[in-house]
Amino acid sequence: MPRWLVAFTAIVLFLMHLPVLVLVAFSFNASKFSVNWTGFTLHWYQRLLEREDILAALRASLIVGVSATVIATACGTLIALALARHRFRGRTLYEGLIYVPIVTPEIVTGISLLILFVFLRVPLGLGTIVIAHVAFSISFVVVVVLSRLAGMDETLEEAAMTLGADEITAFWKITVPLLWPGIISAALLTFILSFDDFVITSFVAGSGSSTLPLIIYSMVRRNVEPSINAISTVIVIGTSILLYVAEKLTRESA
Amino acid sequence: MADPVVELKGVSKSFNGTQAVRDVSFAIERGEFFSMLGPSGCGKTTTLRLIAGFETPDADGGQVRLMGAVVNDQRPYERRLAMVFQNYALFPHLTVERNVAFGLEQRKTPKNEIGDRVRNALTLVRLDPGTFARRNPSQLSGGQRQRVALARALVLEPTILLLDEPLGAIDLQLRKEMQLELKSLNKQLGTTFIYVTHDQEEALTMSDRIAVMSNGRVAQLGTPAEIYENPRTGFVAKFIGESNFLDGRVLGPSGGLWDVQWGDTTFRVPSANGVQPGRTIRIAVRPEWLDLVRPGHVPPGENALCGSVRDVIYLGETMHVVVSLPGGTDMTVALRNEGQLINPLPWRRGDEAVVAWKPEDCQILEDE
Amino acid sequence: MRRRLLAWLARRREAEAWALLGPGTLWMIVFFIVPVVVMCAYSFMPRGTYGGVDPGFTLEAYARFLHPVYLVILERTFVIAVLTTAFCVLAGYPVAYAITRSGKWRTLLLFLVVLPFWTSFLVRTFAMIFLMRDTGLVNSWLMGLGIIKQPIEMLYTPFAVFAGLVYGYLPFLILPVYASLEKIDPSLLEAAEVLGAKPAARFWRVTLPLSGPGLVAGSLLVFIPALGSFLTSDLLGGAKGLLVGNLIQNQFSTARNWPFGSAASLILMTLVLVAALLYLRVGRERE
Repeated sequence: MPRWLVAFTAIVLFLMHLPVLVLVAFSFNASKFSVNWTGFTLHWYQRLLEREDILAALRASLIVGVSATVIATACGTLIALALARHRFRGRTLYEGLIYVPIVTPEIVTGISLLILFVFLRVPLGLGTIVIAHVAFSISFVVVVVLSRLAGMDETLEEAAMTLGADEITAFWKITVPLLWPGIISAALLTFILSFDDFVITSFVAGSGSSTLPLIIYSMVRRNVEPSINAISTVIVIGTSILLYVAEKLTRESA
Repeated sequence: MADPVVELKGVSKSFNGTQAVRDVSFAIERGEFFSMLGPSGCGKTTTLRLIAGFETPDADGGQVRLMGAVVNDQRPYERRLAMVFQNYALFPHLTVERNVAFGLEQRKTPKNEIGDRVRNALTLVRLDPGTFARRNPSQLSGGQRQRVALARALVLEPTILLLDEPLGAIDLQLRKEMQLELKSLNKQLGTTFIYVTHDQEEALTMSDRIAVMSNGRVAQLGTPAEIYENPRTGFVAKFIGESNFLDGRVLGPSGGLWDVQWGDTTFRVPSANGVQPGRTIRIAVRPEWLDLVRPGHVPPGENALCGSVRDVIYLGETMHVVVSLPGGTDMTVALRNEGQLINPLPWRRGDEAVVAWKPEDCQILEDE
Repeated sequence: MRRRLLAWLARRREAEAWALLGPGTLWMIVFFIVPVVVMCAYSFMPRGTYGGVDPGFTLEAYARFLHPVYLVILERTFVIAVLTTAFCVLAGYPVAYAITRSGKWRTLLLFLVVLPFWTSFLVRTFAMIFLMRDTGLVNSWLMGLGIIKQPIEMLYTPFAVFAGLVYGYLPFLILPVYASLEKIDPSLLEAAEVLGAKPAARFWRVTLPLSGPGLVAGSLLVFIPALGSFLTSDLLGGAKGLLVGNLIQNQFSTARNWPFGSAASLILMTLVLVAALLYLRVGRERE
């Protein structure tokens, strides 16, 4: 491999990670405003634990994340199964439509849901957030699970049927165990998308509820302090751990 | 005579307007090794799937009967048969042991019985339970996987075993071994084997009877000898073994036989249904039924066509000599190889040669 | 009982399919399609006095969009999106290529690309602020070294938005390109070599065309979010970096012009769908 390519790649990858690394580094900086290093401290992390609003937002994000993940993964997996295994009228159209939420800008999704909820006089809160997150996540789940299903052997279910298992038994005993890594990947993707979502959530959360991204945003807008760095670091580490676990799980069952 | 275990009566199946199986009828006897043979797309796999229950015949598309009962609407898990798939279809997330036990577990067989039966099934297919039971399918070779698939099916002691081109992905040497093993299992267990393949040698080796299929229909049904020695149509003659084809016009009777005009000369054929003066017939002559002689040395009573040697092909057990005849036709003659290094054939490219055969050593083909 | 249900379903394969599709489809219809339809309706209605809409039909929302102020924003959004995509391709393609040739480093490198992909976009955008603001790291560092006397105004410019988008979406390009480069059959390159093609020729005539689908997918994954971007321009763009996304958001907060916001959303959505279709058409032609 040419020398210049190695250097180029190294630079690009370094630049890709530099901002976050800097962010993490300065979460330990004792100084509040300046970028001069005045000393190592965990003060800003302690501040996080003191801030009730941040902790509440974290709790809310987790609740929304788990709920949205469960619902979206279930619905999406069923759709992927239908698309992979069955021929039905309107199938090509459906396949095309599944991709629409993925390409739709978040701002449009957020606005349109806000309009709907206002129109139907539905109170905005954690419920509407979950609804919104499921709405845009289902497509992602379908894409991930479908790609996993495409690589799966259809004759396995048929073999199970020749051995006495009916369709439902064959599904639970053969297809689901083999599909599991794909389902887990999809679930993790959904959780992270939900946990991290700002734009759509900001429109459907209303004034009462707040998720972690919303709180971070207002902190960035209003009073910048290294606590933001601290919570960002926590999020980055959390995501890395989640990713690592997902990777391990998928690799093991492969 | 006992009832046939499988019977198809006028079965048809179409997909999206194309007919995959057209009006197929046959009956399979208990304990028989029955093969369906044909090129890709001939309908043999669809027919097997109709027997298995993965497909249902068209609305007015005949009956599938198992053990005398009509099973058109029965799902595969309601029919008591077992199946071995082309790609083995072993469950990747289960061990060999759990794979083989799967069917028994579905039948709610008691736990202690399962263990014994699994062990016996693995031994039956010559896999040592001690070594293989705990392994995963991914750790097995192709041949071993095939045996596990077989064990998984046989452990259920089925009356009927369906096999869909099971030896396709296995290399030649092992394939020949397994062909003999399958044949011996069939006789040993008394299970009816219904086998699908596109390899005619395989079908001839293993089967009691063969259904040669083409375009969704059964072209000919018979024992290997009948199929090979008396092919009824040009398709069967071409698909099974090698054949030389000659078209000629029937002239008239000639001492118990019939004269047929071919190019500038004639040959003689025995009486048969299609042989009427003025009609064009096609005959098939297998390379091994032909003699190759020097001009002027034709044995009395035999048909003779003169030409020149175009090619001599070394096939190991046999030698094929391709003779060019006037009019552009080639005929291939099969001669025993008695060792080209010690007793070589006397034929070289360009030699003048006469292809000869006894009039009765030919197959008069039906119109297709 | 179960048997009877299964037998009935088996005979109607379509019914089985719709049973599976049902819940998800219903959710998407109610919470995705219906809202967009309602929004579409709103874009044709007159603006309400205190926000919201009044009943009626009018095209004034769309007409308003033709004002130069808004057209400038549209143009800026489009230009930035194109530049971002182009830059991501130039920076990302070589990286994806390098990863396919990296041998034992591959897993690590992939992890390094995948990690930002999954890390909170908000966090990453804030990291850019931290670097680029007047009191940020880059300026302090440059001033500390004496290279500049005054801080360079990087933040709140279109450039900041561009940089933020490239930084944000680069992984989105690298991954699909990598996937399609991976799939290329090495024997094709060997065949080209045997036919006398030198390394550069092999790249331009075999590798690049065959990685086409991945390139198209990756470009789409950058261009479309860039076009509809909101957060990056909101935090990094200021007044000079206002994009269509921010314009829309504004209509639902301070400006209180819901029909105009809806109209702008629909225009944006149309642009995105057109872009997607065009890209796919080009991608399919290449095959």
